[in-house]
Order: sequence, then structure tokens, then C-alpha cells
Amino acid sequence: MTRIVGIAVMWLALLALPWWLPLIGGYTALGSKVLIYAIATMGLNLVLGFTGGLSFGQAAYFGLGAYGAGMTLKYLAPSTPLAIVIGTVVGGLAATVLGPLVMRRRGIYFAMITIAIGQLFYFVMVRWNEVTGGEDGLAGFARQDIHLGLLNVPISSSGTAFYYLVLLCFTVAVAVMWTVLQSPLGHTWVAIRENRRRMEFLGIRVERYVWAAFAIAGTITAFAGTLNAMLFNFASPQDLHWILSGNFVIMIVLGGMRSFFGPLIGVIIFVVAQDYLSSVTDNWMTFIGLIFVCIVLLFPRGVLGIFRRAEAV
Amino acid sequence: MELLLFNAFNGLIQGVFYALMALGLALILSLNSVINMAHGGFLVIGAYLAYTLTPYLGFWGALIAGPILAGGIGLIVERILIRPVYKRVDPIYSLLLTFGLALIIEDLTRTIWGPQGLPLEVPDVINSPVSDVYFFITGYRLFVIGITAAAAIGLYLLLRYTLLGIRIRAGTRDLETTAALGVNIYKLRAFNFAFGCIFAGLAGVLAAGVLGLTPPMGNSLIMPSFVAIIIGGVGSLFGAVLGGLIIGLAAGLVTTYYPAASEAVIYLMMLIVLVVRPRGLFGEEGLFE
Repeated sequence: MTRIVGIAVMWLALLALPWWLPLIGGYTALGSKVLIYAIATMGLNLVLGFTGGLSFGQAAYFGLGAYGAGMTLKYLAPSTPLAIVIGTVVGGLAATVLGPLVMRRRGIYFAMITIAIGQLFYFVMVRWNEVTGGEDGLAGFARQDIHLGLLNVPISSSGTAFYYLVLLCFTVAVAVMWTVLQSPLGHTWVAIRENRRRMEFLGIRVERYVWAAFAIAGTITAFAGTLNAMLFNFASPQDLHWILSGNFVIMIVLGGMRSFFGPLIGVIIFVVAQDYLSSVTDNWMTFIGLIFVCIVLLFPRGVLGIFRRAEAV
Repeated sequence: MELLLFNAFNGLIQGVFYALMALGLALILSLNSVINMAHGGFLVIGAYLAYTLTPYLGFWGALIAGPILAGGIGLIVERILIRPVYKRVDPIYSLLLTFGLALIIEDLTRTIWGPQGLPLEVPDVINSPVSDVYFFITGYRLFVIGITAAAAIGLYLLLRYTLLGIRIRAGTRDLETTAALGVNIYKLRAFNFAFGCIFAGLAGVLAAGVLGLTPPMGNSLIMPSFVAIIIGGVGSLFGAVLGGLIIGLAAGLVTTYYPAASEAVIYLMMLIVLVVRPRGLFGEEGLFE
């Protein structure tokens, strides 16, 4: 019951965000960014927190989604829904194809391979100058209004309207992820995380389930990436960089990687802190680094973990 | 033909730096079970300290002092930050910790020494071209290869014949048994971490002589070093060195024909190795699987 109340309150707060966020010194685009990163990290958490696969190169799929959407708008057709679909499919396909290479690995090795694979896409986007804009990023496209019959949703000109599109996407993504986690597939993931060998003995094809987790997580992250490209009307190589991958992971750990909404909490704290720090000091990277170190040493179970019973880390 | 040789040799030099980095990373990975994301940071520390010390100690003194100081800082970092996370089962924590450390080191380097590139002066004695035709084969580059070979052989001898080396190898195999036999594994892991950082620092000083110094210089070297380890095989130091040389050479050769793909080719090679021989060239079967 408390859970339902909590989710209802969160939902109302998000719905009313364009009104209250400017009052406390924020701006609507910051709200959009938080929700986009929340989709990405909650997707990543399907692998990281629920299946126990240490994916440290998730920015690759985020960036592929961003570039996929940007290129669709720039070269193919000026349609927002089409851009979202194509970007998501591109990132999702990449994760699905590469999944078999990582699904057999565990722990550190899983992390190393996912990081290195992420770098491949980074260099493709940085060096494929004529098409992707290289180091400068992909510009020269803009999100387009959505036409629903007679109704025209003016997301191209209104940041608030775009925020509501992002909120809608967030809601859909949350519903999908929640459903998946409640399904036998989701329960199998958790079981694999808890005791992989035992699942193997039970005759479960563990590798296939890890593959599924990796593919679904990549797809959802790419979905978030498409929205990110349209938020800024820009896709940057930084969207694919391993620094962003690391940031995704710390956001999840910061919020609590064992809980469904944990990443959302972590994203809020991290994005706001980053936004604030980069406006007050040139050395914001040092402070971000200190956040990493402090979380690992002092709060390994994240914000939500503080309120839970003690468990081994 | 000359262009090909030129690029191949450049690639080989790059590969030497990858190999040095990968060697240190692999050492730390196998005994400390930590992916040291801050390895590029220790490279930068070694390089910049050498730069600062060159006016006082000369190039040769700085070449020795830089890596050793990097190792010393590694020892302190290991004691204060890394040691508390050994007992965590999930490797995510050591990864995030060293990741944060990498951000801090890069940012502080930028604050202390400035964001613009700096040159590391190399003595004329070793900096002149060896041949008029093959102008790119400077004495310094041969020197880099020589020092690296000496360091790698030194490490091999240390691991093979000294008590410390035998303990490190034993700890890599089975840490608990090693501890039960009376070895202080905390000290062992601390030394090992410092060794890894010394190699990073050495790579930094040597690379600075060729590429110059910039705060993010470690970033561009650490990822290929991961690839070198994956291609060479996790758990094999020789594999890490060979992997580094192979990808450096491959990147150099590709530069001749299709420069835009010179970075991507490294990662493509890794994918191919992962498909054809998932454990890498010299990796042990079943490790981390």
C-alpha cells in the first residue's frame, strides 16, 4: 500500500514538474534529462542489478540510439516517432548481436569486454566524419512536432511539451521493465544473480538469459539515447564515451542497484550535483571523482540501501 | 614501401606503450583482482613528475624517479583506498573506485600543470635519427624499445626467480592457500599494485618523450591496453605484452591504407579474437567464465 502511495506521489510530482522546478531554481530541460537518464540507467540495471552482469560500456547503446535518431531526422525523414523507432532498433540490434560475446563472461571480464566494445562504436562515430560530424558531434537536425490526427503536439518549439513526451516514454519504459521483472524471465535473472552455478545445475540455459538481459537493457538504453538526441537537437561523441558508461553505473549504485526505482534516485542526485558543480567550480571533475570514492567506501548500498536491513556487499 | 615501414614502426612504438600499460594492468588484475581504471592516471603522474624533475635530475634521473614516484603514490593509494574494497565480493566497487580516482587525477593534473600540452626534452645523444633514409628510426625510439624489453625481462626474472615473485605467482593461483602458508598477502598485494604503477609511470615517461604531455594522455592508452589483455588472454603477462605489440602494429599498418579506421581496427581485432578464441591467445580456459 505504501508502495502505491509512493508511486502515486512520484507520478504527480513528475506531472507537475514544469511548474515547481523553475521555482526552486531548475529548468524544464533538466527534468527531461533526469527522466532520460533514468530510463537509460533503469534499463542498464536489468543487467547490472538484477542479472548481476557488470556492463560497463552501456553508453555505446545510448549513443547509438542518439546517433540513430539524429541521422534519421537529418538524412531520412523529419519524423519524431520514426527517429525514436530507428534509433532504438539500431542500439538494440547492436546489443543483441554483441550479446553472445559477453554472455559467457562473469565479473571483471564481463566489464572489460563491455567497456572495450563500447570504444569501437565511439571511434566509428568520431572518425566517420562526413556522416556523423566527427569530434564536433552530429548537429543540423531538430525534433519535429507530432501530429495525432487533428491534434498537433508542438514538441519542436516547446520544451514543456517535449518534457511530457519524455514523461510518457518514461512511463511506458517503466511499465515494460516492471512487467518483465515480474515475469518468469525476470525471476530467472535474479536467480542467476544469486547463484549462477545452481541455475546451471537446474538445467537453465543461463547464457541465453544473460543474453536476453543484455539485449533488452541495450534496447531500453538506446531508447533513452534517442530522446537525449532530441532534447538537445544534437548527438555528441560524449554520448558514447566510457566516462558516460561509468557515470551510468555510479548513478545506479548511488541510488541502490537492488531496487527498481533506485537508479531514478541516483540520477536525480548525480545530474543535479553535476549541473551545480560545473556551474560553481572548474574542478567539478575532481568532485565527481570524490563522489565515486565516497559512495564506494561509505555508501556501497546506495541511498535506498541505507534504509534497508544490512546485507553483505 | 617507406610509408608502410614508417607507419609500421610508429605502430610498433605505440604497441610498446600499450604493452607496458597492459603489463601493469595485468599484474594488478591477476593478484589484486582489480581493473585499475586509474592506470592511465598513474601513467600521467609518472610522466608529469618526470617533466617537473628533469631540470633538477636531468632526463636520466627523471626517467628513474618518475616511475618510482608513481609506484610510491600507488602504494599510498592502495593502502588508503583500494585495500578496503578487497573484501567486497562484487568487482563493481573496485571498478568504480578506480574510475573516480582516474577522474580526480586527470582533473588535478590539469589544474597543477595546465591543460595545454608540454614537451619532455630528450637528450640529443639518443634523439638523433639512426639512418638518413629511415629518418623515423630515431635513437630515442630504439631506446624506448630497449628499455621496455629490459623492464619486461626484469619483471620475468623477478617473478620467476625471486621469493617475492614466487609469492606473487602463488597468490595469483590461490590467494587463500598462500595466506594460509604464512605470506602476508596484504603486503604482497600492496607491492604488486606498486609494481603495476611503476610500469604505468615508465610508460608515461617514455610516451612523453614521443607524444608530449597532456592531462588526458592516459585515457588514450588505457583502453587499447584492455584490448591487449583481452587479445593476449587474461591471466597471461606474456599474452598482454604480445597483445599490445600486435594491436599497435595493426593500428600502424591500417594507418597506411585507411587512417580513419586506425583506432577502430584494434577493437575489431578484439571482437574477432573473442569469436574465434574467446579466452585470448594465451589465456587459460575457464578463467572468469
